[in-house]
Amino acid sequence: MTQHRTRFGSIEKYEKGGVQVINDDPRNYVFSNIFEVASKSEPYEKVAVGKNLKYVLEAVRAEGTSAWYAAGHDEAAIVMDGEVEIRLVKPDTPLVSEDHEGTTMLEGNPKGRRMGHIIARRGHMALLPKGAAYQFHATKPGVILLQTLRGDLTVERWKDICQK
Amino acid sequence: MPETKATDQKANEYGYRSFLLGKFRFERDEYFAHLAWPDGSHTIQVDAFLRALMRDISWNFFYGIVNFDGVFGTTNHYGNVDVFAGLYNAGYTNQNKQYVENFNSEQVRDLFAAMLDDWTNEGFDPFAAPAETGSPFGSKHGSNRAAITRKRLVAERMVGLAGDIAKRSDAAGNPVNRQFVDVNQDEPEVHAEPGFENEVHAFNFFAYVSRSDVTWNPSVCSAVKESQVCATTEEFMLPIIHGNDRVEWFVQLTDEIHWDIQDRDTGVPRARVIMKPGDVAAMPADIRHQGYSPKRSMLLVWENNDSTLPELYAKKRLKPNPVDF
Repeated sequence: MTQHRTRFGSIEKYEKGGVQVINDDPRNYVFSNIFEVASKSEPYEKVAVGKNLKYVLEAVRAEGTSAWYAAGHDEAAIVMDGEVEIRLVKPDTPLVSEDHEGTTMLEGNPKGRRMGHIIARRGHMALLPKGAAYQFHATKPGVILLQTLRGDLTVERWKDICQK
Repeated sequence: MPETKATDQKANEYGYRSFLLGKFRFERDEYFAHLAWPDGSHTIQVDAFLRALMRDISWNFFYGIVNFDGVFGTTNHYGNVDVFAGLYNAGYTNQNKQYVENFNSEQVRDLFAAMLDDWTNEGFDPFAAPAETGSPFGSKHGSNRAAITRKRLVAERMVGLAGDIAKRSDAAGNPVNRQFVDVNQDEPEVHAEPGFENEVHAFNFFAYVSRSDVTWNPSVCSAVKESQVCATTEEFMLPIIHGNDRVEWFVQLTDEIHWDIQDRDTGVPRARVIMKPGDVAAMPADIRHQGYSPKRSMLLVWENNDSTLPELYAKKRLKPNPVDF
């Protein structure tokens, strides 16, 4: 009986597919690879790899300790490679208005109650709840796929990351 | 609205009932579903027909067009549904041979559900990969109601939160699929301070997906406003050809899927998209696609659930491709 082996990617080892055009423009498919994007990103740079009007999926290279962030809406983080610690604080006063879209970077450390922390590894999904301040920490380079809205910190460099 | 009913309450010689949906007639025999409408008819292998019918019902007609094959299918108008033959096939439309009827969504869903129930034999699960289920062929023998009445899972916020979709486990009757036995089942370490137990939350998303007992059936795992991260396990081939009414995105989480991309309205081939772990691709709003997954794989399907989008794309107020660069 065949023993099936599940194939994953990582920042150190990935293999891209691609668009094989018959009668089309490959740019229509906005084709990229999150591990390749993260391998060429600065730590915690939030590079859009998917964009659906105001919504984005961002590839984030997790390495070292990030700034503190907050958003006026939930965000979701999927660890695609490595191990990432997520530290959460409930601010004493709201840091971001509910109608502000995307992630906001905070100055310094937020004042408030410790909510707890999460240690997430490949395949784990974590909630970044609206209104909470959060910080990432990764001892070794890892990759986060972030479900959020396009915001001030979203980096769009489609020409550099996509098949043309 | 046109009449919708099961006909011939007496079963045919193979034990199956026939069904009428307006002027569409549906019959099955041991191997095929036979479809007929005024001035036309069509034959579909019954296993393919039942797999497509299962998705169409379960997804509540999904986003846009569910082509059972190159001829027959449904178009969702969110409250009412077009049932068509040849409408998105250049060979038919060039000769004005297409046929369409519009119905209330509930009418179609009820009739399709009755047809699926009657035509699905014991041992055949239309949601399963062919290698893990029995045969749909032959004369009628039994039924498989448990397999065809699964509820689509839609997380309001995130899987595993209190009051939301529950995580999967052996104890809950969700064993790891035979092709994902090597997927790590460890849970994240969640250390919540008192009072924050339902805010400090994480779960093993890949383990959750590895325990799915259905194929080609996206379920919502996390939602950020109208942004829905859906996960699905794919094996063999997508039983329908999905015609988009908005942009959707795919992220290949594991293994590999090959997509055939065609023009949505004519079926003319446009591209092939080969996706490997970590690959991200948009499916533009003016294409149809069908995927092939040689090994069971995990696919993240990212949807924008904004109900105003189909009209905006149809009226060309939004471009079919999501990004210009």
